Amino acid sequence: MNKPVNQKAWFFVLPVLLLVAFNAIVPLMTVVNYSVQETFGNNEFFWSGVIWFEELMRNPRFHDSLGRQFTFTLTILAIEIPLGVIIALAMPRKGIWVSVCLVLMALPLLIPWNVVGAMWNIFALPEIGLLGKTLNTLGFDYNYTRQTGAAWFTLITMDVWHWTSLVVLLSYAGLVSIPDAYYQAARIDGASPWAIFRYIQLPKMKRVLTIAILLRFMDSFNIYTEPLVLTGGGPGNSTTLLSIDLAKKALGEFDLGPAAAMSLIYFLVILLTSWIFYTLMMRNEEQ
Amino acid sequence: MDFLFDAQWWTQPLGTWMAWTRATAAFFIFIAAAITTMGLVERAYPGGSPRRGIFAIDTTRGDRLFITLLGSAFIFLGWLFFFGTPLWWPLVICLIWGAFVFLFV
Repeated sequence: MNKPVNQKAWFFVLPVLLLVAFNAIVPLMTVVNYSVQETFGNNEFFWSGVIWFEELMRNPRFHDSLGRQFTFTLTILAIEIPLGVIIALAMPRKGIWVSVCLVLMALPLLIPWNVVGAMWNIFALPEIGLLGKTLNTLGFDYNYTRQTGAAWFTLITMDVWHWTSLVVLLSYAGLVSIPDAYYQAARIDGASPWAIFRYIQLPKMKRVLTIAILLRFMDSFNIYTEPLVLTGGGPGNSTTLLSIDLAKKALGEFDLGPAAAMSLIYFLVILLTSWIFYTLMMRNEEQ
Repeated sequence: MDFLFDAQWWTQPLGTWMAWTRATAAFFIFIAAAITTMGLVERAYPGGSPRRGIFAIDTTRGDRLFITLLGSAFIFLGWLFFFGTPLWWPLVICLIWGAFVFLFV
């Protein structure tokens, strides 16, 4: 059968293409152009070659913030993904409590990022905050404005509080889509709860979990607002994640060249990690 | 054609918007040309020639271009980290890497 070919539909894509060009492609190309030049303001540029890349690749400050970024991202993934799956498994599948649970779960996701940062900032203050004061009263020496460990603890707890819900909602969506027949078959076979989880629920949740991990990876790798409001990157530089370091360079020190080079390396790291992860997950999918 | 070997010609600013230089423009023209070539090859031989290469991942022609470019970026960065400039050797490595990816991955 000959299908009619109508290429006019492409014209409907043009507005989106234009929009994407101006909010993504043009800025990205500009960043590439900045990354090989030096500017002293006044929109004047001088060629500097790959010197910013060379400097960054050997810069301990960059290594440190990249290391902190990976530590942060891997830690929150290691907590949020299992925790999200456990909560999703514990949530009811039928009845009035379903809506209640879903709304409660969605609440943290609705709060703007800077508000989350501000909330936790006050919540964790050692003298007046509920969390900080309680911990200190219980005898823990806790002050996130002075102690690196406490700052990290607060930062990770805040992210877990804010984003585990996303994993829960996605996993829950995966769970409720499993037909009852699977569970019936498992009951007939006398499968243990662990076997049901391992051989029915987990494989069926795989696609949504892939999305969840990818989203959480990229979001946490780009995280800026919350740690900035909570700790401002301190004490010292101990919670200065990559994006905070980048903003300091680009906006604070106005080093557009090095900042552009840093953005590109940042972009490449995210691209590589996401690609590897996606490829691995999809390869197992087909086996 | 002497200007092609003139570093000044390649690197001087071309106006202020987006801070273009001929060198960076050439970089983007190269990327655009690579993608266009993929389109033309796809038109001549549709289907993307999918296969499972030596890394045991399924790739099409476009995937192989992506892997080549992304890998090349990291080869250059790695070279800068270990040896610094100039970048002629990593360029050679990237060409070998590209050939390897298109033949075996």
